[in-house]
Amino acid sequence: MSAVEAPTGSRRGGTVGEPGLGTREPLLELRGVWKSFGPVHALEGVDLEVPAGQVTALVGDNGAGKTVLVKCVAGAWEPDGGQILWAGQPVHMRSPREAAALGIETVYQDLALCDNLDIVQNMFLGRERVRRVVLDENTMERSAGQTLAGLSVTTVRSIRQPVASLSGGQRQAVAVARAVMWNSKLVIMDEPTAALGVAQTAMVLELIERLSHQGIAVLVISHNLNDVFEVADRLAVLHLGRMAAAGPASEFDRQIVVDLMTTGATTRRAPGATAGSSEGG
Amino acid sequence: MARIEEPPSTVGSGQDHQDRMSSAAVGDAALIAEAAAGEAALAAAPELVATTFVEYVRAWIARIRGGESGMLPMVVGVIAIAVIFQTQNANFLSPGNLTNLLVQGAVFMLLGMGEVFALLLGEIDLSIGFVSGIGGVVTAELVISPRGWPWWAAILAAVAATTAIGALQGTLITRLQLPSFVVTLAGLLGWQGVMILMLGTGGTIPIPSNVINDLANGNLTAAAGWAVMAVVVGLYALLTVTRDARRRASGLVAPPASLTVIKIVVVAAAGVGLVLICNTNRGALVPIRGVPWVVLIVLGVLAAWTFLLGRTRFGRYMYAIGSNPEAARRAGVNLARVRTAAFALAGLTAGIAGVIYASRLRSVSTSLDGGTLVLYAVAAAVIGGTSLFGGRGKALHAVLGGFVIAAIYNGMGLLGMSAASQYMVTALVLLAAVTVDAVARRGRAATQR
Repeated sequence: MSAVEAPTGSRRGGTVGEPGLGTREPLLELRGVWKSFGPVHALEGVDLEVPAGQVTALVGDNGAGKTVLVKCVAGAWEPDGGQILWAGQPVHMRSPREAAALGIETVYQDLALCDNLDIVQNMFLGRERVRRVVLDENTMERSAGQTLAGLSVTTVRSIRQPVASLSGGQRQAVAVARAVMWNSKLVIMDEPTAALGVAQTAMVLELIERLSHQGIAVLVISHNLNDVFEVADRLAVLHLGRMAAAGPASEFDRQIVVDLMTTGATTRRAPGATAGSSEGG
Repeated sequence: MARIEEPPSTVGSGQDHQDRMSSAAVGDAALIAEAAAGEAALAAAPELVATTFVEYVRAWIARIRGGESGMLPMVVGVIAIAVIFQTQNANFLSPGNLTNLLVQGAVFMLLGMGEVFALLLGEIDLSIGFVSGIGGVVTAELVISPRGWPWWAAILAAVAATTAIGALQGTLITRLQLPSFVVTLAGLLGWQGVMILMLGTGGTIPIPSNVINDLANGNLTAAAGWAVMAVVVGLYALLTVTRDARRRASGLVAPPASLTVIKIVVVAAAGVGLVLICNTNRGALVPIRGVPWVVLIVLGVLAAWTFLLGRTRFGRYMYAIGSNPEAARRAGVNLARVRTAAFALAGLTAGIAGVIYASRLRSVSTSLDGGTLVLYAVAAAVIGGTSLFGGRGKALHAVLGGFVIAAIYNGMGLLGMSAASQYMVTALVLLAAVTVDAVARRGRAATQR
C-alpha cells in the first residue's frame, strides 16, 4: 500500500492478515484486542504486529491507550476480547511471570531499580543464583558483565557500584540489560528517553538499535517523534483506543504522525515513501 | 582527584556535582571532550592510572559522596566521646571500665540488631522492648520451680515465644496492611500488660540457673579467650582469602591483596586488643578477668545476621523492599512473606536480648522498662548508620551504636552526672545521628541522575 492509503488500510485491518514484511510471520501479533474499564473502552479492536529484529514504535497522544496495550502484552492485564499471537500461536498471559516465561520483558518508565543495590544485584533481583543457601555472586557478576558487554555498555566504572550513583542513561542501560538477560525475544520499553538529556538519549537509542540487531523485537512507546524516527523500523499510531495507522517507518513523516495522533487520519503523503518500500502492495 | 575532595552536601556543589555526573556518564569520549575538555581529563585520569588499591579508596569515597556515609560519622563520634570522657575521668578508658561497658551495651546491641530488621524495610518495631521482657519472663518462669526446666529448654522456649510474637505482629502488618507503627505501638502497650500479668503479684522472679546468670555475668578463662579469638580471626582470614581467590579464579576483579591484608590485620588487632583488655584483672577484692560470655553471644548473633542479610536471597530482598518495594514486587519477590519474616526475626533477636537482660540482673521484674529499651534500640541502630528511611543498614551498625549509647551512659555515670543530663545528651546524639542520615539522604537524591 502507499503512504496515502496507510490510515485507511489500517482501519480495515491494518497489516494484519497480510504477509507483513517479507516471508516471516511476526513474533507478536495482536488481533482485534479489546480492553474496557467499566464503560470506558480503552482499546477497541486493536491490531498490531511486532516482528523480530525490528524496532516497532508505538505512538499516540495521552489517553490513546498505549499503556493499556503494553500492559496487555506484558501480562499485567488480560484483554477482554481479541487474540494475542506469539510466534503464530494464540497465547493467554495471566501475569507478568507468564509473559516473562514466553520471553517478553518490560522496561517500565520508572525503571524499577533499587538504588541501594549494585548493578549485578539489580539485574538478578528476583532471579538470584544460589549455591545451597548462599548467593552465588561470582557467576551472577560474570553473567551480568557479559550481558552488559554484549550491549556495549562500557561507560560504567564497576558493575558493583550502586545504581544510585549512575546517570539516567546508565540506569536505563541497566534496566534494558536486565530485560535482555533472560533470553528475551521481545523487549517493551515505556518512554525510554523521557527523562534523559541529549547525549544520554543518543546512548539509549543506540542501545535500542543494538537490541534489534541481535534479533530481538523491540516495542518502544514514545512521545518524542525525533527519537521515534531515529530508531523505529515500524510505526504504529494509536488514536482513542484504535490503531490509526501501522506500517514501515518510511511510510510516515512527522506531520503524518502528528495528524494521526491528534485526529486519527491524514491526507498527507510521506515524501520519503516510494512504491518499492511499501508493504503488502 | 579534585572532584572527590568537594563537599557533597552544599547546594552549589551538589548542582555542580550533578552536572559532572551526567557528563561523565556520556561515555563517548569525544562528547565529553567537546563538552568540557579539562573536566573530562580530570574525571577520566584517575581511572586510567589508578592502581587497584587506589580504585578501592576512590569507590569508597564515591560511596560516601553518594550518601552512604555508613559508619564514618559514628567512628568520629566514638573518638570524640572517648576523648571527652577520658579527659574528664581517667578511669573511662581503663580495661575494667571498657569491659564493663561492653556488658552494659550488650542488651542495646542485641535489641538494636532486632530493630535493624524493621528499619531496613522502612518500618519500625516499637514493641521489641517489652517483647524482650516477655522473653526474660518466660525464661525465668520456666527455669524456676515448680517447672524447673533445663536452662537451654527455657531459653529455646522463650526465644520461640518472642519469635511467634514477632511473626504475629508481622502478619497483622502485612496481611491486614496496618501501619507497623500502630501495630507495634499496640504491642508496646499490650506486651507490657502481659509481662506484668506473668510476673504476678510479687513483681519479681529470680533466676536460679547459674548457666543463665553466667551468660551476662560469667567470663571465659584467659586461655579460652585467646583460643576463641584465634579461631574467630583465623576463620575471618580464611573466609576473606578464599573469597578473593574464588573471585580471581572466576576472572573477576578481586580486592587487592594489600587491602585484604589490611582488613585481616585490623580484625586481628581488634581481637588481640579486646582479649588483652578483658583479660586484665578488673576485680577490686577478688581477681576478675576474662572475656565475658555475652561478648561471644553478641558476636555470634552479629555473624548470623550479617550472613543472613548479606549472603542470602532473603537479605537481598530485605534491601530491595526497603529501597523500592514496587521494583521488588515486579521482580517477583513475595513482599508479605519477607516482611513477616523480618518482624519474626526482630522478635527472635529481642528474645535473646531479653534472656541477656534477665541474666544480667539475675531476675526479671516489673522494673523492666521496655519503652525506654526500644527507643535505645532504635537509637543504637540509627547512630550506627542504619537509615530510618529503609534500605540501608547492617547488623554491625546496631552493635556499634549500642556501644556508643553504653559509652555515654557509662561515661556520664563516671562523671557523676544526673539521669536528667544523661537523657538529654543521648537525645542530642540521636538527633545528630538522624541529621547525618537525613543530610546524607539529600546528598543521595542530588547525585541521582
